[in-house]
Order: sequence, then structure tokens, then C-alpha cells
Amino acid sequence: MRKSHDSVFTIGIGGAAGDGAREAGNTLGTILAELGYESFVSFTYPSLIRGGHNFARLTFSKEKVYSDHEALDVLIALNEESIGLHRNELASYAVVFADLFEQKDLAALGNNAVALPMAATVKDMNVPAITRNSMALGAICYLLDLDFELMQTALQKAFNGKQPETNIKLADMGYQLLKEKGFKHKKKISPSPEKKELIDGNSALAKGLIAAGLDFYVAYPMTPATSILHFLASKQKDSSLRVIQPESELSVINMALGIAYAGKRVAIGSASGGFALMQEAVSCAGMMEAPLVIAVSQRQAPATGLPTYSSQTDLRFVIHSGHGEFPKIVIAPGDPEESFYAGAEALNLAWRYQLPVIILIDKIISEHASTSLLKADKIKIDHGSVATELGEKYGRYQITSDGISPMAFPGTPNTIVKTTSYEHNEIGITIEEAGPTKAMLNKRFAKTETIIKSLDHHETVKIYGNRSSNDVIVFWGSTKGPVLEAAKYIKKSVKFVQIIWMDPFDVKKVTQELSGAKNIICVECNHDGQLAALIREKTGIAVTEKILKFDSRPFEPVSLAEEINKKI
Amino acid sequence: MPLNLSTISKITWCPGCPNSQILVAMRQAISALADSGTLKIENLVAGAGIGCHGKISDYLNTNAFTALHGRLIPSLTGIKCANHDLTVIGMVGDGDAYSEGLEHIIHAARRNSDIKIFVHDNQVFALTQGQASSESPKGFKSKTTPAGSIEEPFDAFPVLLSSGATFAARSYAGDIARTKSIIEAAIKHKGFSFVEIIQPCITFFDTRDYFKERVFWREGGPAENQFKAMELCKKDGEKIPLGIFYNVEKPTFEEQLLK
Repeated sequence: MRKSHDSVFTIGIGGAAGDGAREAGNTLGTILAELGYESFVSFTYPSLIRGGHNFARLTFSKEKVYSDHEALDVLIALNEESIGLHRNELASYAVVFADLFEQKDLAALGNNAVALPMAATVKDMNVPAITRNSMALGAICYLLDLDFELMQTALQKAFNGKQPETNIKLADMGYQLLKEKGFKHKKKISPSPEKKELIDGNSALAKGLIAAGLDFYVAYPMTPATSILHFLASKQKDSSLRVIQPESELSVINMALGIAYAGKRVAIGSASGGFALMQEAVSCAGMMEAPLVIAVSQRQAPATGLPTYSSQTDLRFVIHSGHGEFPKIVIAPGDPEESFYAGAEALNLAWRYQLPVIILIDKIISEHASTSLLKADKIKIDHGSVATELGEKYGRYQITSDGISPMAFPGTPNTIVKTTSYEHNEIGITIEEAGPTKAMLNKRFAKTETIIKSLDHHETVKIYGNRSSNDVIVFWGSTKGPVLEAAKYIKKSVKFVQIIWMDPFDVKKVTQELSGAKNIICVECNHDGQLAALIREKTGIAVTEKILKFDSRPFEPVSLAEEINKKI
Repeated sequence: MPLNLSTISKITWCPGCPNSQILVAMRQAISALADSGTLKIENLVAGAGIGCHGKISDYLNTNAFTALHGRLIPSLTGIKCANHDLTVIGMVGDGDAYSEGLEHIIHAARRNSDIKIFVHDNQVFALTQGQASSESPKGFKSKTTPAGSIEEPFDAFPVLLSSGATFAARSYAGDIARTKSIIEAAIKHKGFSFVEIIQPCITFFDTRDYFKERVFWREGGPAENQFKAMELCKKDGEKIPLGIFYNVEKPTFEEQLLK
């Protein structure tokens, strides 16, 4: 029996693949968001289409929820094995909904075992089996003491276009069934005043790209990046956005280089394995100074690894991606909301500085959803430096003091635009002489200096907690979730440092935040402590402790808090 | 005013290399298309891969995209997708299109991408000093095949025709006038054009005499279907047919994408 915290409420939905556990989790999250709750929805599943255990877990609260919790207040078991698989995660007072209970479960759960005739009802109604989740959702709404009318409105919104009548009818039946039993949960959570949107990181990132004027998205499917492709493919209607799925990742990135050369805003995306296939062309984007956004979602590697599970093992790979030396930008957002702004910022940065910009995320950010505030009207489109002095003298790679050469595109009268993978002179013709080679390399690296000068205008590092504390927890990417959720249960008042810009690294700011600290604990999901090593390389500061996890699962916030409490 | 299609770049092909003949044919074709008003020179993008052939982008005073080895073709599709007013042509080598990245030319044909591909086929890796390529004949001796190649050469025509290429032709670099007219026809074709240009490598695999005796320009128009086209282009023992084997119009990838 687990202890669950009073300020949060966690619901698990377990079933076989195809039972709709994920959809039920997202629907519930949407309803709760509509009612003003903050929530985080995770989804765990094996790499197969049918069968296997799928599990959605939703933690909600009045305050921002950064990560889901393990201790379950409610479990919806869509099949028999789900009870056994999650028995150890049940909190005291946990309520379990299932079609049927075995005798031993009834004995253990007592009145908290609530039989819901989900399968029988959908069979009687002759509707798809997957809709049986809705009955459980309705039952949960009563259990949580949610207003019936509000639930109806929220369900309408959540089931928009997905058989709303059937689903709402089933939810009503579940609600009434619990009402008849007069059964409410012992724990009560009140909503927060601000209404947000429940969204996963891939959709949020895609929305950010659209907000910044994306013209083309090109990708080859690979979990966990695939839903960016799905989301954007569904947005082409009544839009100038176009999505292409070529024959391979190599085709993807080389096609994108052509699109950027011809003047259109393009992004590509893959898992780190697909990104590995693209390496020669990442370098080519650097050489051609092509504005190119690349979304890279990490999963547990090496090789095919665990396709549907997460890791933070590709930080080093991504910042060193592409052969040779050339400037690039690597941004690692920590949740869906940051992914939205990172998507928009990446596209603008790519065009301002004419280089590859990589958004480094992972399975947790890509596929888990949390309530977020995405302000598309805050996004401005930066078209970069567009050439006004055209004609015969134009050179695509004109040497300038800030390293940025004004862009022109093919199709411009009297103006020739040459780009090449070879080292080149200002007009884009191959060179091999030492002096001009060095001059062109220096021109490209002048952009790095220009970017570093502008770092103060970007959120390269985020600070949470007690800014003057001598105990510092440093982390990156999706580990933000469990760390900030753990923060609620860390006894000492500590400072939390999230590093977002990995390249160029904000040496000044990170040094400022870490120097003089007594304890610096670096928390990340990899074996080598890649961020800890990067901090030492860039600032000379060695972290005092590392908490590393590399079993393909994210940190659990309450356990993480316990581990941190022991160290400080 | 006649177009100036030459650049400041010094030509570094071996003296007498048939690549220069292809360059002349290409410049003549571009000039003719520009003079007739078919092509606005600013709308031409000349792509090239990596290999001896790839130097051509430096020698053409036009927009140019010089890609990575074996990766030009998807870049050209990207360019055409981004701006369908552009006329997108690409020069590739046999190593650059049939060895590294072979999948791209097949998929571009399958999509009927509106790009024009000219394969400079010298049957050898010349820029890297003469190794066997996927076009080298069986028994070809080189530094990497000292006892002679044990592999059969690759025949792109049946593969590309069955993949959906809507224009297929073969030319011989030594015949500048005919090569020029084939280049013009390929550029005028709406959809995916595939032109293989036999181009002897005078340094590493001098096949000039071999081809001079065997190539011939076939009479008659292109075939009515892809299967007949496969017959027409077949190297029949000692004879190698040249000309346009197939030329049909189908909706292009880019026009359907942008619809």
C-alpha cells in the first residue's frame, strides 16, 4: 500500500493495447482541464499494435503538476490483469473500478472495489467496446464530486467528433451508478482559477512551429517523434503548410536542405536513431548555412533499444552532431509548454542565424500531456536577413562582421544563388586555398559570437525555488517534471537550475548560478552523467553528486524527493 | 545579349574529358531554352552531386545546389516543392546515383517529381582514382578489384521505367548536338526526366573506341508504354541504342502536393 499526497490525486487506467487506456486518460485530462485542474498524463506501452499492457496515469491538482505520481487513488481496470499489475501502487482509500473482481481482490479492497458493468453495457447497447471507458470516466466524475452539468459540457468538448452521444450516455450511466451507491472519494481537490489546455509535447512543439510560420514539415515515422508528423499532416487543409513523408531519414534532411535553399521555412523530426542516419547532412546544413529546424526525440538506446520508452542519453550525441566544426543551436525544453515556445523560437533562430537548430526532447515530453498555456499571439515571425542589394555582385556567402550573410533565393532576376557542400567563396564557388578557407570558417563562427552576445534575451537557464540557497539541484529536459514535482516534498529549501540551451552553452549564467554552492546535485536519465560532464567542461564547476537513472523509465517524484532528502 | 553561362572558375577536368562536351551541350541547351522564352534563366537551378561530374555547377553561371555525394535528388525535389516556378535540373554520376543513395532516384521516379536528372555515366569512380563502380563491367580491373570485378553492372533503365519514370533517354557525350537536343527535351518534359549520358573516362576507363563502334541513334519516336520502352533501350549484344525511349505526361508530385 502506497502513501499518496493530499494535494494531488492520481488515476491509473490499465488495459490491453487497443482498449483505449490512452484516449481515456487524455479525455479525463481534458475534462479536468476544462474544470480548471492542472494535470499531467503519462502513457506507458510496449512496441506492438495489439495486446500487451497499456497504462495511462493522470495526476491532477490545484497547483501545476510537473509529473505524474506512482501512488494511485483510483485504478480503472479494463482487463483482469490490470488489478494484479498495479496492486502494489494502490494508495490507502484507493478505489478500483472493474467489470469483475476476483475473490482475493474483493477481500483486500472491501468497499473500495466498485464493480462497473462496462463490458456488458456496451455489448447491450451494441456500440464499440472501446467506448466502455466512458462509463468509468462518468463514475470517476461522481467519485470526485464534479458537477454533473460541468461534466456534460466538458465531455461534449472532449468527445468532439468522436461519437459524443454514445460516450456521453455511457458517462451519464457511470455517474448515476455511483450516485445510487452514494459513493464519493475521501480525498477532495479543489480546482485552480486559471483554465489551461491539456497537450502533449509533440503537438505543442508542432503548434509552435506553425505559430512561427512553418511552410514544410518533412519526416519519416519513428517513435516517439511520429506524432509531430501526424499532428502537422492533419493541419494541411485550408493552410499553406505542406507535409512530406519521403523514403528515408536521409531523404528527409536532404529534401529539407533543398526547401530551405529555395526560401521556405522547413522543419524535420525524428527519434535519435533517425537523427543518427542524417548526420552527414546535418553537417551540410552547417556548411550551406541552411535555416533548418530538427526535432530530435530521445528514446532508450543504443540501437533500436526500447522504442516506446524514454531516456536522456543523446545530449552529447546531439551537441556534437554532424562532422566537422560549424555553429548550431541546441535547445532542450522540459515540458509541452516549453516545447511550444522552443518550436517557435527554433524556427526564428534558424532564419536569423542561418544554421541548424535542434530541439532536443524525449519520449516523456513527446507523448505525455500536461496542462499548458500556449500563447500563439506572443509569437513573432523573424524572417532573418534578406538581401536588398541584388544583381551580378550578389554573393550568398558575403563576409560580414556578425557572420550573417543576407539571403537571396533562386528565382530572383539578375541574381545568382549558389550553395554547395564544398568549402566555397562568397559567391558559392568551390575553393581549396588555405586563406579563403579560414576566412569562410571564421565567418560562420562569427555567428556563434553574435548568438552568445544575444543570450541574455533568451531563456537559456531557468531558476526555481530558493534562489539564495547553497543547495542546488541541476537538471535538463523532461527530468524537469519529476524534479519540480519532487520539490513539493523536499524538506530543505533548495535552488533548482534547469539548463535549456545546450549549445551555445550559457557559460556566464550557469557559472553565476552554480558557483559557491555547497551541494550541487545533477539529476538526469542517463548512465554517464552527460549534463554534469558538460557543466564541468564549460564552466569548470564539478557537481558534488549525481542522481542517475538509466532503466528507460523516468524518475518518480516522491521517491526522488526521498533520495534528495538523504543527500542534503 | 547572349547569355554568359561561364564563371570565374577554372575548369579542372582532364584535358579532353567528355565532361567538357556535356558542359558545352548543357550550356547550348540552356541558351536555346532561354532564347526561345521557354526558360527564365533566374528560374533555373542546376544541381550537382559529388564526383568529377559535380564540378559542372561551378562552371555554369546559374543558380546552383551542389549536394552531398548520392543525396542530390531529394534536395531537388525539395527545391521544386518550395517554388514550383523553378526549373530544377540535376547532374549526377553513376557512383552518385546508382551506388550511394540509389533509393532516391527510384523514389523520385515513383513520385514523378518534376526534376530532370542527367547521369554522367563513366562506369568508374574517377575522382577517387579509378575504383570499380556499380556500372563497371564484370571483370573490370581496378585498385579495389585487382583480379577483376566479380559483380554484374547495374542497368538503371528497367528499374526506373518500372518505378514510374515518365521520360527516359540515353545519349553519348561525344555527340554534342544530339546531347543538347535530348537535354532540351528532358527539361521541357513536365515530370521526372531521366537521361543517362555515356561519358568515357579517358584517364581511368577509356571506352571511347568501344562506344564509338557500338552506339547508334534509333529511329522513330518514344515507346507507347513502359514495357516497350524497356525493349527499346536494351543494350542488344554489341549495339547500344541512343535516343528518347519514353515520354508520357502524368500529374507531378509537386503539383499534387501544392494543390
